[in-house]
Amino acid sequence: MIVAQEKPLDEIRRMMDRYERVLLLGCGTCMTVCGAGGEREVSYLHEALRVAQARGGNGTHTFSEYTVKRQCDPEFVELLVDRVGDVDAVLSLGCGIGVQAIAERFPDIPVLPGVNTSFMGMSKEQGVWDERCAACGDCRLEQTAGICPITRCTKGILNGPCAGTKNGKCEANKDMDCAWVLIYQRLERQGQLEKMRRYYPPRNFRTIARPKRIVSKANIDAGGDDA
Amino acid sequence: MPNSLFEEKLCSDKFLVTTEIGPPKGADTSEMVHHIDLLKDVVDAINVTDNQSSVMRYPSLGGCLFIKERGGEPIFQMTCRDRNRLALEADLLLAHSRGIANVLCLTGDCVDVGDHKEAKPVFDLDSIQLLEMIKTLESGIDMGGNDLKGAPKFCMGASVHPEADFIEPQLIKFDKKVTAGAQFFQTQGIFDLGSLKRFMQYASQFNVKILAGIIVMASAGMARYMNNNVPGIIVPQAIMDELATAEKGKGLLKGVEIAARFIKTIKEENLCHGVHIMAVGNEGVVPDILEAADMVGVST
Ligand code: SF4
Ligand code: SF4
Repeated sequence: MIVAQEKPLDEIRRMMDRYERVLLLGCGTCMTVCGAGGEREVSYLHEALRVAQARGGNGTHTFSEYTVKRQCDPEFVELLVDRVGDVDAVLSLGCGIGVQAIAERFPDIPVLPGVNTSFMGMSKEQGVWDERCAACGDCRLEQTAGICPITRCTKGILNGPCAGTKNGKCEANKDMDCAWVLIYQRLERQGQLEKMRRYYPPRNFRTIARPKRIVSKANIDAGGDDA
Repeated sequence: MPNSLFEEKLCSDKFLVTTEIGPPKGADTSEMVHHIDLLKDVVDAINVTDNQSSVMRYPSLGGCLFIKERGGEPIFQMTCRDRNRLALEADLLLAHSRGIANVLCLTGDCVDVGDHKEAKPVFDLDSIQLLEMIKTLESGIDMGGNDLKGAPKFCMGASVHPEADFIEPQLIKFDKKVTAGAQFFQTQGIFDLGSLKRFMQYASQFNVKILAGIIVMASAGMARYMNNNVPGIIVPQAIMDELATAEKGKGLLKGVEIAARFIKTIKEENLCHGVHIMAVGNEGVVPDILEAADMVGVST
């Protein structure tokens, strides 16, 4: 899933300074799970903005709030037509994709990002999220015993550990495991160290030329040109 | 035909001595040039570090040009942290065209340990891919598969860490570097000759030259700092204690003494093929170390 962090309140207030009616728009999927922009966060933010406004400062705003199931899906974005028609700006608490999906659908309405979209990861424990995939477009987890060297090694190197690893930790951060120590140990346990002895050539960054587009096979067969 | 004077020496039985120079933080090169003049005739080759520890400095290639101009033998340290493959290839063409023929291929420290923590880390290649890339250039094509007008030639080196606290994965990496064409290795700092001996038992099966890295300590405080802040380094307590016995202000003298003792033992006991002296900011003491190790005039 996509993991994000709420932007600081001051930054949010600065962004919306010039708009009177603002829709605070949550997202019911990743942002709800990671606690950065679901229904609950939208209502907390609404309250915080009201309090800040009451204390005085920059302008008066009228806020409305709503949370859509998925901001990145046109089917759900379509349901927002009436609400968006009534405001001067939308503060989206969706990830960067959600913000842009809203912006693309409503060309005349300024859409502001309410969260900092950070990475794709998983929940480790209550309230702790760890990055696990950078969507490199050429998944090599088979070669690395299910541990991603692109995201979990600070340098994203492919041919084994650098010389900086100490006590099994990464040279960049003493609290972070060295990915290549983990990879070695897991390959060893599975009797597959030959995978680490192989030479891996440089990454092909063309496979992740930006912006990427994937057209589903079914769609191509049906003669459509994009999804 | 060897590609460089240093490669010619690598092919001989000579006990090799290399050292390194950290270029200035700034455009004033006078101290670096002074160190080059001091060292160029007492060692077999001089490395110039490449934004070492991710601290921005005058470039390695620039330092190597000075060494070349002044009649020394440079080793161009090249890390993959700051340049993508195009920039690395281009710099190698420049190096070759100016007679800089020895390259030490390193991955490079992470940006987080340095003084530009917000910089974008590149790591388009790693050290092994860099060695492979140089072989590609030597074959007359670049990494894009395009023909080169004039292929460069290099003598390639790499680093290895015999004192890593988890040695097995480092040895796999060492093997891969040998396969990729590294002809010589400069080790990370050696503080325990036992680990060097163990490593050489393994490494001697390969036809490569191993130069033991000798870090010159200036004080017990510096040793502690390195333990805490320099990636991979583990200075043992015995060395720290010995440094601590130095009178106030005489730490560097003690460091010189320890370094000389290590070098002397390595040479006398024939533990490996040479040493690489890293004086980290005290380049001026390298001749004293060699003198104390009874090795004056080594480069002749
Ligand atoms: S190698 Fe890592 S970054 Fe690439 S797709 Fe697999 S998990 Fe994601
Ligand atoms: S210490 Fe390990 S995880 Fe960190 S950069 Fe080096 S190889 Fe990668």
